[in-house]
Amino acid sequence: MAMNYNAKDEVDGGPQCPPGGPAKNRRPDNTAFKQQRLPAWQPILTAGTVLPTFFIIGLIFIPIGIGIFVTSNNIREIEIDYTGTDPSSPCNKCLSPNATPCYCTINFTLEQSFEGNVFMYYGLSNFYQNHRRYVKSRDDSQLNGDSSALLNPSKECEPYRRNEDKPIAPCGAIANSMFNDTLELFLVGNESYPTPIPLKKKGIAWWTDKNVKFRNPSGGESLKERFKGTTKPVNWVKPVYMLDSEPDNNGFINEDFIVWMRTAALPTFRKLYRLIERKSDLHPTLPAGRYYLNITYNYPVHSFDGRKRMILSTISWMGGKNPFLGIAYIAIGSISFLLGVVLLVINHKYRNSSNTADITI
Amino acid sequence: MRAPAYPGSARILDMTECLQWARYHWQRLMGSRNRDDDERPYSYSSLLACGGKSSQTPKLAGKHRVVVPHLRPFKDEYDKFSGTYVNNRIRTTKYTLLNFVPRNLFEQFHRAANLYFLFLAVLNWVPLVEAFQKEITMLPLVVVLTIIAIKDGLEDYRKYKIDKQINNLVTQVYSRKEKKYVDQCWKDVAVGDFIRLSCNEVIPADMVLLFSTDPDGICHIETSGLDGESNLKQRQVVRGYAEQDSEVDPEKFSSKIECESPNNDLNRFRGYLEHSNKERVGLSKENLLLRGCTIRNTEAVAGIVVYAGHETKAMLNNSGPRYKRSKLERRANTDVLWCVLLLVVMCLTGALGHGIWLSRYENIMFFNIPEPDGHVISPVLAGFYMFWTMIILLQVLIPISLYVSIEIVKLGQIYFIQSDVDFYNEKMDSTVQCRALNITEDLGQIQYLFSDKTGTLTENKMVFRRCSVAGFDYCHEENAKRLESYQEAISEDEDSTDTPVDSLSNMVKPRAPSCRSVHNGPLGSKCSNHLAGSCSALGSREGASEVPHSRQAAFSSPIETDVVPDTRLLDKFSQITPQLFTPLDETIPDPLLETLYIMDFFIALAICNTVVVSAPNQPRQKIGLSSLSGMPIKSLEEIKNLFQRLSVRRSSSPSLAGGKEPSPGVPNAFVSRLSLFSRMKLASPVEEETSPGSERPQGSGDSPCPPDMEKQNSDPGLPEGETAPSPGQPSTSTLCYEAESPDEAALVYAARAYQCTLRSRTPEQVVVDFAALGSLTFQLLHILPFDSVRKRMSVVVRHPLSNQVVVYTKGADSVIMELLSVASPDGASLEKQQMIIREKTQKHLDDYARRGLRTLCIAKKVMSDAEYAEWLRNHFLAETSIDHREELLLESAMRLENKLTLLGATGIEDRLQEGVPESIEALQKAGIKIWMLTGDKQETAVNIAYACKLLEAGDKLFILNTQSKDACERLMSTILKELQEKNPASPEPPSPREGLPRLPATQDSRLRAGLVITGKALEFALQESLQRQFLELTACCQAVVCCRATPLQKSEVVKLVRNHLRVMTLAIGDGANDVSMIQVADIGIGISGQEGMQAVMASDFAIAQFKHLGKLLLVHGHWCYTRLSNMILYFFYKNVELP
Repeated sequence: MAMNYNAKDEVDGGPQCPPGGPAKNRRPDNTAFKQQRLPAWQPILTAGTVLPTFFIIGLIFIPIGIGIFVTSNNIREIEIDYTGTDPSSPCNKCLSPNATPCYCTINFTLEQSFEGNVFMYYGLSNFYQNHRRYVKSRDDSQLNGDSSALLNPSKECEPYRRNEDKPIAPCGAIANSMFNDTLELFLVGNESYPTPIPLKKKGIAWWTDKNVKFRNPSGGESLKERFKGTTKPVNWVKPVYMLDSEPDNNGFINEDFIVWMRTAALPTFRKLYRLIERKSDLHPTLPAGRYYLNITYNYPVHSFDGRKRMILSTISWMGGKNPFLGIAYIAIGSISFLLGVVLLVINHKYRNSSNTADITI
Repeated sequence: MRAPAYPGSARILDMTECLQWARYHWQRLMGSRNRDDDERPYSYSSLLACGGKSSQTPKLAGKHRVVVPHLRPFKDEYDKFSGTYVNNRIRTTKYTLLNFVPRNLFEQFHRAANLYFLFLAVLNWVPLVEAFQKEITMLPLVVVLTIIAIKDGLEDYRKYKIDKQINNLVTQVYSRKEKKYVDQCWKDVAVGDFIRLSCNEVIPADMVLLFSTDPDGICHIETSGLDGESNLKQRQVVRGYAEQDSEVDPEKFSSKIECESPNNDLNRFRGYLEHSNKERVGLSKENLLLRGCTIRNTEAVAGIVVYAGHETKAMLNNSGPRYKRSKLERRANTDVLWCVLLLVVMCLTGALGHGIWLSRYENIMFFNIPEPDGHVISPVLAGFYMFWTMIILLQVLIPISLYVSIEIVKLGQIYFIQSDVDFYNEKMDSTVQCRALNITEDLGQIQYLFSDKTGTLTENKMVFRRCSVAGFDYCHEENAKRLESYQEAISEDEDSTDTPVDSLSNMVKPRAPSCRSVHNGPLGSKCSNHLAGSCSALGSREGASEVPHSRQAAFSSPIETDVVPDTRLLDKFSQITPQLFTPLDETIPDPLLETLYIMDFFIALAICNTVVVSAPNQPRQKIGLSSLSGMPIKSLEEIKNLFQRLSVRRSSSPSLAGGKEPSPGVPNAFVSRLSLFSRMKLASPVEEETSPGSERPQGSGDSPCPPDMEKQNSDPGLPEGETAPSPGQPSTSTLCYEAESPDEAALVYAARAYQCTLRSRTPEQVVVDFAALGSLTFQLLHILPFDSVRKRMSVVVRHPLSNQVVVYTKGADSVIMELLSVASPDGASLEKQQMIIREKTQKHLDDYARRGLRTLCIAKKVMSDAEYAEWLRNHFLAETSIDHREELLLESAMRLENKLTLLGATGIEDRLQEGVPESIEALQKAGIKIWMLTGDKQETAVNIAYACKLLEAGDKLFILNTQSKDACERLMSTILKELQEKNPASPEPPSPREGLPRLPATQDSRLRAGLVITGKALEFALQESLQRQFLELTACCQAVVCCRATPLQKSEVVKLVRNHLRVMTLAIGDGANDVSMIQVADIGIGISGQEGMQAVMASDFAIAQFKHLGKLLLVHGHWCYTRLSNMILYFFYKNVELP
């Protein structure tokens, strides 16, 4: 390249016999950027800065942790396993696949009343909704009401795409495995007959899911007509247009369906089933007392050692019951405080022997 | 393009390496094409036969090429030979429009990173393992490839434009049709073409010089485009052509040229020119003009192209930037490989786990979703698919972007290093140059530093300090004072611009941009301040201003050119009279003999060199010739018999010197010149001609030094009166000496201070103005140039006064001392005297060396003509051989340089560069061990080591200077024992495996020790059996000084330390002798200083001064290392810990 350079010089420089004065000075600019003098700050860790930091972290984190822990502990939660694996359980009878439909009732007692809105969940264990191929086994455009996708679902849905030469609506493994137990809650009060607790089935899905992501197919008067030419998923009892009686909670926009379609990340999960709204300020939503749970037992979990639970829970400003966060805060705060003390002792003991002159930065 | 065995495919390459790779292969490709050209079936005939006994058709070995003139009569032959050689079109681009896409892709996929991306993208197209949307995974790959392709394309386009520009440069080529020189583009020049070039034109292709307007057949070229050396080099017209008085006529040129096939050795060219009558003339590099050089100082030249285009030496030498892999990067590479392993393990675990988990639910179709056809995949197969899926999913584990990021960060670091204003050197107008792009962080990891001495630690500005002639030491105290007061003198000087001299020099100087002019005028004010009147006539002073920018580093600065003579020596010197030579018998009394020695000594200083004399303000004027025109020398014309002794009339008195010849205006009146052998003009005829364009009124006829008068007169800006004060001054001159090495110039300047001024130098003769004797013209019979093997140089001249053949030899003292005659023919008394002189001189030499001076010995030898003729015949045989020429020439030189008579010795000071001691102290404080490797002698080296604080006054110095291996071993063990006893507290010297530098804190408590080892002992220490012991020994020493080390030993030392101690080494040097060391070390640093550019070309970083090393290593090295290592650590954290 030196050669090229030289020749180029010659071209635009003309004769070089007198290589004139230094027209171009190669001195680099003396700017803050080029000389790496831009203001910068770098923490230099000394006892004077580290020790207070540790103590401050300790002092801040421990109260926060305690607060969170207390809040979490104030949340009422009850969990009832109704799988029926225990022979004494009322639902044990439903384990055999022949008994369909199967009804069972489980009694339980609330020691304390549940204040405010109460959320009713169903929980499944050992159910791998996170399986990669399971997760993919759905057709979002079909669920969004796309008419062509309705009749010709995506390949991802295989092998739950077509049944008896008809497209399945909703297609795919997720929809096919939809949770279909029915839970009803009764308060056994002082009266002779039990009071049914009103369970609200709307408002349990995300607004975007309900209004944007999931739509019923267009056209046709009744929902049934709109789903014409499709067939129900293999495992379903009823077709999709008969999930509910209310038209705005039927078909693809059925909220139970929407909740199910949002797959869980872990094999043990809970999904919102119903809302129990607070009636008035005077009475607790669920007063303490005896209750019984009526279950229409459809969903088989025995084959994969699964468990089914019903959960009732209240919430606080930080969500559901979660003691971990508080404990973590307290632990970190304590460790930090402890380290601070240790370092303080070390610093106090060895301060004079160390030669700070060595450290020049 | 054949697929090369590419060693790096297993490694993960980065961008630069890819480019480097491409460049390398391109060159390989070019090279192989060249080779194909030459592998035509030639048979070898004896090329060594120098009598022209070749057979009818030129038979050549595969190694040779035949160049036939590109003319009609030789059309057949031309087509046969030269027609097949590549023409002068160059193409440095990698791609063409057509092959850009495939070739660029091909090259990009040599990067493992890209291959990995591609593999993942392809994997994602397999439906069974597909993890993401197919198109999305292609996206990053496509983006990366496109960006790099655009970058490559732009780079290539830039090269293409430059190529085009160069290819379309115009030069004058002889045209067959028009029978004259016509303009043609460079690209159309072919081998065998005749080219005519004027001054300042760039040479388009390697060509053999056939004609030069210079009457001596010399052409000056500047090779700064090739090697950065800015001094002018002489090239010689092919023998037999120099004597032609008219320009060579291509139509009549009927010779053939046979030469080596193209190679990249700039300093070698061998071949011969065969005339139509089968007579052969040897060709050497002296006859070759290299592409890319510039013609200087010569009106016009013509030549025949022998190598063109990519086969020129310049192009073959064009290698891209060096590629070194930094230690950190190697470490990162292994870590990445660990990541790959981790990925595989993770994927295997995932696959296994998946298989096992799936086998539990084999028959449950809940989330074990069956295949479309209904059957469930077996868990084993599912696990296998899962493995590949996992690889796609966990691809981020391998920090592929790390490489790109490192590359970018390093570019940024280089930008910051290069723009550091602290590295700027005002004098050179240069700053640090990062030639290797990816070892910035290694700068911060240096543990051992190997430094050259001359030019690196010292300025390599040679200052004549003292000399010893005939056993008497002349200490030049005034000169020493001058050097001390040099700095203030400069400032004083700048103030005193009102003197006429200053105005004179000021007028001359600005017009002398390319070379530093020296004006020996009437005494300058500062000179008289501290000088006795004895020097008033000789007081020399430098110009008022420094030359604005010193690209021409080869030219001497005032501090070197000014020498204040020693009064004692001057007194003796003044005794030299022409009468001294009248009784040419051997009965010279002792004092006279001493005077004779002094005279010979100064003559040797003035002529035993290769200094080019030029006038600074008119570079194209030939001083030498103009001064010759004033010479009344009438030589005898009969030169028919080569070995017959010829007489040259002695110019016995200065009064004879004067302009008797009617020189002005006579255009190129060449007297027929005969030359039978190269540089063999025993007596060449008087050359009476002037340089074109210069008018030379021979005003002061009695002045023995007309040239500088002419110079001043010819300068239109100078009033006549300005020159008037000078007639009394015998050596008023603005001569400029261009020397290959600064020592030579220093000696010439020293000689000039004693009124022994080198006036001119042509290949045939040297003119010296000698104070009392006037101009002496020495017939230059032969020059044996300096080389590092012989460590000396010689000139063979015919002494104009005694008319004897005299050999003047100058060289390292150790060498010369061995070559001195043991039995002098001059009788017992003289012999005894010689012995005394020898002893005394040796003592002085030791003294000089102790003072840190570079010593040189000057010796002479008088030969009889018969002896000379005999030697010459043998030498000629050696010179004309193509193969083994070097060995034969060496032998021949040995035959000449023996039985010498010692004249004296010189001591030249090599001043320490500014800031060197501070830098060395800082580096040692940082725990870096510094070794000094130098070719200088022990005393000088140790002295410099003390001066630059490498050794401290309290250090215990161990000297390893043995002549045998056993002694060396014994000495080493004794030293080692002693050291270990002295340092009982210190742990065992580190074994080679754990050779970490001790912390400075621990060193303080210990005895500081330095080791000095000489070349001979080093040779033993480097042997396998003693290596370990040597390293143990050096580990105990704070500093190691290796003196008298050859370049090869330097590199071996570096290699030894690097390989056995597993440490990071840095070598710093400035000269060609440091190149091997620079290349071997982990980091090579070149100092762009006085000794040309070879070291810089071989280095990874080039700095202007040694003092910059401190900041480069301790600040930038540290920053680069911490920043880069933090970045790499973060990358691993980001990719591995947070996928």
